[in-house]
Amino acid sequence: MAESILFVLMAVGALVGAVTIVAARNPVYSAMGLLGTLFSMAVLYVLQLAHLVAAVQVIVYAGAVLTLFLFVIMLIGVDKSEDWDEKLPYQRALVGGLGGLIALFAGALTVSDDFDWVPAATITIPEATNGTIQAIAELLFTDWVLAFEATALLLTIAAAGAIGLAHYRRGQE
Amino acid sequence: MIVAAGWYMALAAALFFIGAFGLVLRRNALVMFMCIELMLNAVNLTLISAGRALNDLNGQVAVFFVLVVAAAEVVVGLAIIVAIFRRRATASVDELSELRG
Repeated sequence: MAESILFVLMAVGALVGAVTIVAARNPVYSAMGLLGTLFSMAVLYVLQLAHLVAAVQVIVYAGAVLTLFLFVIMLIGVDKSEDWDEKLPYQRALVGGLGGLIALFAGALTVSDDFDWVPAATITIPEATNGTIQAIAELLFTDWVLAFEATALLLTIAAAGAIGLAHYRRGQE
Repeated sequence: MIVAAGWYMALAAALFFIGAFGLVLRRNALVMFMCIELMLNAVNLTLISAGRALNDLNGQVAVFFVLVVAAAEVVVGLAIIVAIFRRRATASVDELSELRG
């Protein structure tokens, strides 16, 4: 019961945050919507026993990434909110059509009541998927150690690239 | 009582499409970037709920890697946006059309 209540609350929070990202005119409000979505999803991760991923989500995403977003928004200036009346020749029609198609698909799925495409979706609480630090680390440093090292390389390259981009104009002039 | 994985999948699908629609409708590069982050998070939610339903921890490891790649992507993407802004003083992607044929 507790999971159902928390799921509904956090699902509503995530959806409201997502709509805020898209609909807000001020990019700062968009960032706040992203923050709400990220926190709601962290709670959803905890509900699904993904404890380490939830912690990383809050620390890396809500902490570092969102701060970076806010820095850049402040750097670029928040007063440049765009106009919703600008010309978008076909984008609105595209979104409307796609949204209608998706709603139709979801409706058909609900009517046919065929949600069993995830096998064993109704099993009781599993024990092996309790995502503690120890359990994740065991997988990460055995089966996925090569991918883990590759991400270390990727992060180094990304940091070097960001520094290179920051110095770009100095070389130009 | 346990919430079935299908509900988490439905929520993830809704979030993914809100992000995709935002990507199409908004012209501000920063907001488009946030919409991409939203889509990445929706995929993470499907990975975690599928991993739980299938009793497999590898889903959470995959989410871990997606988080790392997303962090790297944000660093480079925001650096590019700032570099463009310093050169052109705009964050709107419609203004950036010099490469148009």
